[in-house]
Amino acid sequence: MEPRHTISVWVDNIPGVLSRVTGLFSGRGFNIESLCVAETMDPEVSRITIVSTGDEQITEQIIKQLHKLINVIKVVDLSGVEHVEREMALVTVKADGASRAEILRLVDIFRCRVVDVSPTTYSLEITGNYAKMRAVLDNLKVHGILDIVRTGTLAIQRTKKD
Amino acid sequence: MKMTGAQILLKCLEREDVKHIFGYPGGVVLDIYDELTRTPQLKHILVRHEQAAVHAADGYARASRKVGVALVTSGPGATNTVTGIASAYLDSIPIVVITGQVPTALIGNDAFQEVDIVGITRPCTKHNYLVKDINQLATTIHEAFHIARSGRPGPVLIDLPKDVVQASIVPKFPEEIKIKSYNPTYHANPRQVKRALDMIRGAKKPLLYTGGGIILSDAAEELTRFADTLQIPVTSTLMGLGGFPGNNPLWLGMLGMHGTYCANMAVSQADVLIAVGARFDDRVTGKLSEFAPHAKIIHVDIDPSSISKNVKVDVPIVGDCLDTLKQLNDLLHELPAKDWAAARRPWLETVAAWEKEHPLTYTWSDTVIKPQYVVEKLWELTKGDAFITTEVGQNQMWAAQFYRFNKPRRLMTSGGLGVMGYGFPAAMGVQVAQPDAIVIDIAGDGSIQMNIQELITVVENNLPVKVAILNNTFLGMVRQWQQLFYERRYSSTPMGAPDFVKLAEAYGAVGLRATKPEEVEPVIREALNTPKPVIMDFRVEPEECVMPMVPAGKAMHEMLLA
Repeated sequence: MEPRHTISVWVDNIPGVLSRVTGLFSGRGFNIESLCVAETMDPEVSRITIVSTGDEQITEQIIKQLHKLINVIKVVDLSGVEHVEREMALVTVKADGASRAEILRLVDIFRCRVVDVSPTTYSLEITGNYAKMRAVLDNLKVHGILDIVRTGTLAIQRTKKD
Repeated sequence: MKMTGAQILLKCLEREDVKHIFGYPGGVVLDIYDELTRTPQLKHILVRHEQAAVHAADGYARASRKVGVALVTSGPGATNTVTGIASAYLDSIPIVVITGQVPTALIGNDAFQEVDIVGITRPCTKHNYLVKDINQLATTIHEAFHIARSGRPGPVLIDLPKDVVQASIVPKFPEEIKIKSYNPTYHANPRQVKRALDMIRGAKKPLLYTGGGIILSDAAEELTRFADTLQIPVTSTLMGLGGFPGNNPLWLGMLGMHGTYCANMAVSQADVLIAVGARFDDRVTGKLSEFAPHAKIIHVDIDPSSISKNVKVDVPIVGDCLDTLKQLNDLLHELPAKDWAAARRPWLETVAAWEKEHPLTYTWSDTVIKPQYVVEKLWELTKGDAFITTEVGQNQMWAAQFYRFNKPRRLMTSGGLGVMGYGFPAAMGVQVAQPDAIVIDIAGDGSIQMNIQELITVVENNLPVKVAILNNTFLGMVRQWQQLFYERRYSSTPMGAPDFVKLAEAYGAVGLRATKPEEVEPVIREALNTPKPVIMDFRVEPEECVMPMVPAGKAMHEMLLA
């Protein structure tokens, strides 16, 4: 598999900017694995986190092409620096009989939260990095996932501790 | 004082020193056209198809060093501009296209003549705007001009809803445009420039490969000085022709698919390739893995994304071509003089031998006009000093090969997008910018039919553009590929054409025809002496091929020579 890159993009918070960014990816044949976008503390600026796959040359092109968009203020490839990544998922999982206790054990082990309960299901809130999400979902799959919704990856650079 | 949106728009154009607009009116731009009647300093040239307005603005920009402007209505007016915009985008030509839009309240309602032109042109403009608030209008227009002409130039589109044009405010015109997220790098990093120079000075077989960046940054003189000083042979892309004098002994001709044998061999053998304002397009490189296999590559470009996009570069230099070449020349000037001609002799002799071995040539005929001969004669009779536009296909390649451009901004051609139908409207724009110059569109019988309607525009505006149709009764370049790679199955390439002489006359232009070689010169002379638009119909050899040719996907040394 080609390497994953997590790229942070600061953009003008105005209509159409997201479409410029995603249009660039589709138009030039770059991959988007996931994408998250929301306003920063400055309401005029949004921050987009994109996870993309591709070799070094493709990633270099992605970053240069992003820079070329007039509404892009700053681009950082977080894969090159120390950073923390998180994703979130809301999952409704089948839970009856013996599996109800087993699922709660998984919730405890993986530090998830139960956000909704019915006689036959649990809905869970799961956060973690890419690897943890896969681990949790693999374990829940056994019990039957009825519904799932996931965010893309969020990432933030670690503060230098000198 | 209160001003309407239309007044603010025209005021901004005036502030940007716009003198000419190419356009076509319609429902949502009525107010702008009405205001134009009270703005005599802005001359509006009414085209007959919006695509032509954009190509004309493109030709105008190249010939005048200014930003070309096109003005059209919403919906079909806007969609008709897309080809012109995409062409200007790929060729990095500074134009501003102003499209009308339905009133803001109707946007998104599938209103009459509504189209999301900002969405449609997002991938083929440098930037585009939908102005929803009249308070943003003046700043947006000045930003658009700033973006179009700075950095790597390109087309910018502004979409103006009718209610914004009709509203009025007391406007504030910005004195200076600053966009925090847009700061092109003009000044190349001196350390990189030094590294490049060291590499060039150490080279045994250096080669300059230049492109449209030389023309756009007006770097032709600095390039010539640099090449002359270090005695480095020069080849260029189609877009770069005229950036280095075609009569300089160091000139090798164009490289690439229809480049000269000498230029392509030089690339294949060079040990240092200095790319300046060129972007390693597939029509230039052929098979990428075998492009310049022995060369270290230095790449100068104002657009960082052009560098290491197609080939791996050893010394990347982000900067303006003019600035970089000046720095190189200044550095050279400080170094002790050296007899570069002597040092370079073996390489220049090798190159000269290639040139002698397979020069650009064609087989003469006493009975049939050869298209190359027409271009040669045009060159001779205009003393190489005309402004040449081309259509796309064989006509474009023969113009590039046989009109030896000595000066920059003398060739206007749709290089990147390859638009048939570009040349004639572009010639119109060039003639507006250079009213006293000889402007010739070298065309094919296929291409000219793509924007022939503009004949009435040149007649109406007294633009004495000359069109030289190399009429081979085929869609020549496609036919050539069918001949070479599809066993002569001429699918849809034999092509009927109207009687161009009668057609010219019907429009009020002058029509001339040559059917025999001896008629070529008199026809050209007569055209050049006619102060009106002229169409010259040259009946040329139908199955002539553009040679040499590097078949698509082959390496550059695998040329077909005849």
